[in-house]
Amino acid sequence: MLMSMNADARNRMVTTWQHQRDARDARIEAGSRLAHGKIVEARDATRLMEAVIRPGDRVCLEGDNQKQADLLSGALLAADTAKVHDLHMVQSGVVLPEHLDLFDHGVAKRLDYAYSGPQSARIARMLFGGKIELGAVHTYLELFARYFIDLTPHVALIAAVSADREGNLYTGPNTEDTPTVVEATAFKDGVVIAQVNEIVDKVPRVDIPADRVHFVVKSEKPFFVEPLFTRDPAAITEGQILTAMLAIKGIYAPYGVRRLNHGIGFSTAAIELLLPTYGEKLGLKGKVATHFALNPHPALIPAIESGWVQQIHSFGSEVGMDDYIRARSDIYFTGPDGSLRSNRAFCQTAGLYACDMFIGSTLQIDLQGNSSTVTASRIAGFGGAPNMGADARGRRHPSEPWLKAGLEADPESPPPLRRGRKLVVQIGETFGDKNVPLFVEKLDAIELADKLNLELAPIMIYGDDVTHIVTEEGVANLLLCRNADEREQAIRGVAGYTCVGRGRDRNAVEQLRQRGVIRRPEDLGINPLDADRSMLAARSIKDLVRWSGGLYAPPSKFRNW
Amino acid sequence: MEDLSFQHKARSRAGGSKQTAIIGVVASGNLEVLVERVLPGVECRLEIKTAATGFGEVWDAVVADFVERHSPGGLKFSINDGGARPDTVSLRLAQAVRLIEENGQ
Amino acid sequence: MTAPIKHTAQSWAERAGTTSFNEASARTRLELLLDAGSFVEFIGPEQREVSPHLRIFDLPEQFDDGIVVGRGRLNGSTVFVAAQEGRFMGGAFGEVHGAKLIGLLRAARQIKSIPVLILFDTGGVRLQEANAGELAIAEIMRAVMEARTAGVKVIGLIGGRSGCYGGGGLIAGCCSALAVSEPGRIAVSGPEVIETNRGVEEFDSRDRALVWRTMGGKHRRLLGAADVFTDDTVEGFRDAALELLGLIEPFGLDRLKAEQVRLADRLRSFGACADAVDIWAAEGVAHAEMVPELPADQFIALANNIGRTSRDAR
Repeated sequence: MLMSMNADARNRMVTTWQHQRDARDARIEAGSRLAHGKIVEARDATRLMEAVIRPGDRVCLEGDNQKQADLLSGALLAADTAKVHDLHMVQSGVVLPEHLDLFDHGVAKRLDYAYSGPQSARIARMLFGGKIELGAVHTYLELFARYFIDLTPHVALIAAVSADREGNLYTGPNTEDTPTVVEATAFKDGVVIAQVNEIVDKVPRVDIPADRVHFVVKSEKPFFVEPLFTRDPAAITEGQILTAMLAIKGIYAPYGVRRLNHGIGFSTAAIELLLPTYGEKLGLKGKVATHFALNPHPALIPAIESGWVQQIHSFGSEVGMDDYIRARSDIYFTGPDGSLRSNRAFCQTAGLYACDMFIGSTLQIDLQGNSSTVTASRIAGFGGAPNMGADARGRRHPSEPWLKAGLEADPESPPPLRRGRKLVVQIGETFGDKNVPLFVEKLDAIELADKLNLELAPIMIYGDDVTHIVTEEGVANLLLCRNADEREQAIRGVAGYTCVGRGRDRNAVEQLRQRGVIRRPEDLGINPLDADRSMLAARSIKDLVRWSGGLYAPPSKFRNW
Repeated sequence: MEDLSFQHKARSRAGGSKQTAIIGVVASGNLEVLVERVLPGVECRLEIKTAATGFGEVWDAVVADFVERHSPGGLKFSINDGGARPDTVSLRLAQAVRLIEENGQ
Repeated sequence: MTAPIKHTAQSWAERAGTTSFNEASARTRLELLLDAGSFVEFIGPEQREVSPHLRIFDLPEQFDDGIVVGRGRLNGSTVFVAAQEGRFMGGAFGEVHGAKLIGLLRAARQIKSIPVLILFDTGGVRLQEANAGELAIAEIMRAVMEARTAGVKVIGLIGGRSGCYGGGGLIAGCCSALAVSEPGRIAVSGPEVIETNRGVEEFDSRDRALVWRTMGGKHRRLLGAADVFTDDTVEGFRDAALELLGLIEPFGLDRLKAEQVRLADRLRSFGACADAVDIWAAEGVAHAEMVPELPADQFIALANNIGRTSRDAR
């Protein structure tokens, strides 16, 4: 940098410590020529990009898990690559095709991100093909953390619902990452550009104060957001119901898990729908599943309506749930305007430190219990799971489940020095989609690391963080395993008829069962033939609408009326 | 399609007196099991037509465990399989035995 | 081993009242629709009358070829029944599947005094058995008309996930009367076919609210294409069948002519309407756009208020 400056500039650098502030002011000045106050017309959005962004900038494009600043990403894609090139993109989610087109077109060169679900196949191809220089794949909270240390954006391109003419923003139910992105950018001399659905006289509530926002662009259509957390109860299978029953009776009940996070999936949706029925029958209401770090899952509506849930903090929102949330402010976090206020950074922190259990699904589990969603041709990134699904060693406050798990893991230590453990549960059927086995000898992630020359294989959850594995064959408690061999047999012992499962040492597995390390359905008093869809509190999306008193408005693709 | 056939001797004859029972639907990931009480003694037979080829070993393991667990002596199982997972197969076989052992004609 | 909890807990009547017709298998629908234990199957699965064609395509067969036929009792009176399994090949008609229904209808025609309930759940004709399937549809339609001429009441019950499409829709149009539920759909061409042929502006098949407004149970009831609307339970369909059995009147040439007049009137009244909501509004429904959100009992009251569309045409 120093080399390319002239003498004046170098003199200035020597005598001032506000170089970045000057640079920011210059960018704003350049952009202001296109603006009336802070407002820039949509048709000038690309020229705004060219005015404000410098080659090699770190740009944060929202890119959240749910909402997408699609007008701004399109505008950036159309920029003149003579003026805007070799950008370093730092964003939570690589979701829209445009996010990868930026690399194809030479607008962007380097990428640090957390999640790439919808683009998992294309991003894999582009990484293998060398079209993207990869910084690293992170968890959300980890990436947010780096926004404040070494990945601070020069420019943030964000999405909001509405703005007033001063630039105060309402981000509404899908607030998600925005406060975090803006905090890091605005307070470190960056420029914040927001696309909004509309410009109003007064925003319903101020989610982002105006002095952090430099430009506002009104889009013709609302920002892109898709339902990601809606699972149709009609699709839940008997196998998933059985795993859910095993989880509730085999883990939720004995540990007394009140504070938790559910990863998205059909098994956890089944758990949510079994609380008012099976959970009720077991007398667990009020004793488990009372406080959630969770997006507004429609499948949790029956449990909420039945009085199971005290409080939920959310990472983002979910399409169709707005009216229900407004009417249930006792449960959800809402602003003075009545709508949901989500916040991914705080919810991830809550999942890390204030929850006693994470339970979720994955695509592959190996013999040590390491799990990954990476396959040979798809790289989905990490999202939030590694953060939620990890023991939080910085935690200090005790709770019953945490201490009980800690005792199981380490019965020898003296109690005052014996830390607790967060319950980290992997749940799923032994064979997944297209009958692909869940359990493998070697993760595809290892092969991928080799191919891409990564220092670390992309492991979602490490085996030494996993405390339990639940399949239709039973519950394996890895806390009670004393060595790697026991761990391996415990895993094989619930791996069903996969190759891994059929490779079990029958005697070893039987001994583990005697010790309670493995518990089969009948050991828990569960008859697999009872895992019946009639147990679900709601069996269709329509049932969920009924449970909500008509407040839940499912998106079109879930309707059959 | 692949045809598979297994023969076992169960511990005892299956209970109940119903002569036939049927459970399940042939669809992707599902199967139908027709069970008939037509074999002598503790003999048990499974005839399988499956859309998922090459899984003979897995069927062998599933069937062996099923016979051990449920003692379906005297029963012949005829299966049309649309590529169901092993645990779905186990479930349907158990459901079939429960049905044929149920009271009723 | 723990005793299964399901069967002791719920009686047949309880199960009929709480089981979703939409979700249930063909056999479960019959088990809970008919008087407990009264069902006797004809050409059951143990006969192994399977499709002679599917093997050629390396496709799995089903022992009953996707349709269960037989007789049972409804409140003590004998009925013939046929229930399509919508999850086997989309409930589509094949050679054997069609033949079982034709045989049932011809038997009804001979006997004259036993009504026939057809539980439709079909996407139409199986592509793999196209010629045989199309022939079966034609033979079934003829058999329905001959049975009706002989005095047999032929009732269609429509509420399965495959809907009642293609040739099934044609057969349904020949029945004495139809009962439908909200998830049920009745049409000939399917949503994707319309979109492919007419474009997405004409019909966006992914707009499921549009699909149901156009082809779904509530619209069919309000339009008069179905006679009775029921909640999505097997008990609801049972009650609907009983109601229809009591309402169907004798069939003859006069009735056919009256139906022609009714259909011509309908086309005249609503032919210019662009959307079902316009039809409902034209029929005098207040807040027509709210119809899809109405719970079953309110909708039934609304539909009855508009005036029972004359079924005597069928």
